Amino acid sequence: MVRFELVSKVYPGGQKAVDDLNLEARKGEFVCLIGPSGCGKTTTMKMINRLHEPTSGRIYVNGRDIMQMNPVTLRRQIGYVIQQIGLMPHMTIAENVALVPRLLGWDRARQEKRVNELLPLVGLDPATYRDRYPSELSGGQQQRVGIARAMAAMPELILMDEPFSALDPITRETLQDEMKRLQHKYKLTVVFVTHDMDEALKLGDTIVVMRSGKIVQAASPDELLRNPKDDFVAQFVGRDRTRDVSLLKVADVMIRPVTIGPEHGLAEALVLMKKRRVSSLMVVDEDDRLLGFVTPRMIEKVRRGRVADVMRPDIITASPETPLQEAFERMFLAHLDYLPAVDEEGRLVGLITSTTMVDALSQALWSDEGESE
Amino acid sequence: MNDLFAVLGDPALQQNLLRQTGEHITLSLAAVGLAILAAVPLGIVLTRLERFAEPVMAAVSVLQTLPSLALLAFMIPLLGIGRTPALVALFLYALLPILRNTYTGLREVPANLREAGRGMGMSNLQLLRMVELPVAFPVILTGIRTSAVMVIGWATLAAFVGGGGLGDTILTGFAMVSTPHILAGGIPVTLLALLTDFLLGRLERAGTRQART
Repeated sequence: MVRFELVSKVYPGGQKAVDDLNLEARKGEFVCLIGPSGCGKTTTMKMINRLHEPTSGRIYVNGRDIMQMNPVTLRRQIGYVIQQIGLMPHMTIAENVALVPRLLGWDRARQEKRVNELLPLVGLDPATYRDRYPSELSGGQQQRVGIARAMAAMPELILMDEPFSALDPITRETLQDEMKRLQHKYKLTVVFVTHDMDEALKLGDTIVVMRSGKIVQAASPDELLRNPKDDFVAQFVGRDRTRDVSLLKVADVMIRPVTIGPEHGLAEALVLMKKRRVSSLMVVDEDDRLLGFVTPRMIEKVRRGRVADVMRPDIITASPETPLQEAFERMFLAHLDYLPAVDEEGRLVGLITSTTMVDALSQALWSDEGESE
Repeated sequence: MNDLFAVLGDPALQQNLLRQTGEHITLSLAAVGLAILAAVPLGIVLTRLERFAEPVMAAVSVLQTLPSLALLAFMIPLLGIGRTPALVALFLYALLPILRNTYTGLREVPANLREAGRGMGMSNLQLLRMVELPVAFPVILTGIRTSAVMVIGWATLAAFVGGGGLGDTILTGFAMVSTPHILAGGIPVTLLALLTDFLLGRLERAGTRQART
């Protein structure tokens, strides 16, 4: 959809904003350009609709060299959303949304119809909002209109320049979700400039980390978190964010399991499960050695008897030293919801469940935000 | 006061006043209209040719610092007497506020609106017509209002060069040392100026109401 080939942009005075850049955004891909201010991310994006023009190199949109195209025609095919929103204050919401269709010479009826389709897409009721002026709307609502306006002429490509950074955190989250949804639904190709790594990780299929006009690393969010290419990327991703994910062991996240002795009665086992709100019990002997496990379903079949009669001894375990990732794979492959951890002597020392796993991972990923920034 | 009413009772003077008011309005309208036609495009051009902006603005400012009577007198050798020299002098006076406000108004259009417009694929002309001029409209209108009020006042001087208008009655008043005549000519001028100021002020507010962001 968009391809950069050895693109450079040198400003008068010799400052190199973009330096021999190669980049590709596939159709339907959400690409986030991120980096410190002055890294060339905005310049890169603005070269796509020729608001800036490259000094050398080629840029292709839909296979066509954009320098061979009329800039006005090019821009009308590309949606554009900016941080300061830029709604026309003297035009109603409907007129703002219909701006590009109007430039393209659509007739009134078609413009009207498109406005009435678009406003609900961005969560605004046409009857309420179409005849209002931008100054009557909140910042979040204005940017919703900004998104609708960018989508008005059904572009396949949308450029967004820090569109949500001036909004309050709650509005920002909501609009991020909605943008992702719209992008999916209409298979839009989006080139999105941001300085907020959380935003990039949330929205991007590909994150392009830039520094001094060059790409440092272009990768999926997952890849970026796991394998930051160098210290710069690691720091940008937030060092704490990646700190322990790959280093976490079962021992770091395991919880204390609910246990029962084999000699206890089944009714007692059920009461214990109910009281502790768990769906299974680990069966251990008096030395805490793991003998097996018991679930309500096993008890249901027999009703009477002791735990030893129904428990299943065929249990997959891990050691406290097992890397969390590996433990997770074991659970996943065996379709288990939990995995007991036993030491060398077979003693039960802990338990991990899918819930603890998710908690631990997300905590490692997100909790240190405050410290890392 | 009684003298004033006595003078106003004269049917001949009434007719004169009516005709002169018509002349006064026509002359002022023509001067401001021509000034708009000249200054608005010039202001637009100056925003495109920044380096000429200062010199041109300075030149137009000089015109305005000339004493009005002197400017009128200066017109006589060039254009003779009658309406033409009066119109030209008033036109020159009206230029500066409109030019300055057009230039400033356009320059103050927020950069993000320009960027949004260009980014959506407006040509330069479309950007001017659909974004810049509408957004700058209240500021330009303020300039027009200033010019109009000024011109209505100074149009009384047109009488000195035979340009007609309510100044004629005022001049008569001077010649006859008749305060009632001076008032009979002067009061309508004041009323005209106030009315114009009020009406254009209303229009300006209507324009600004939408334009805030």
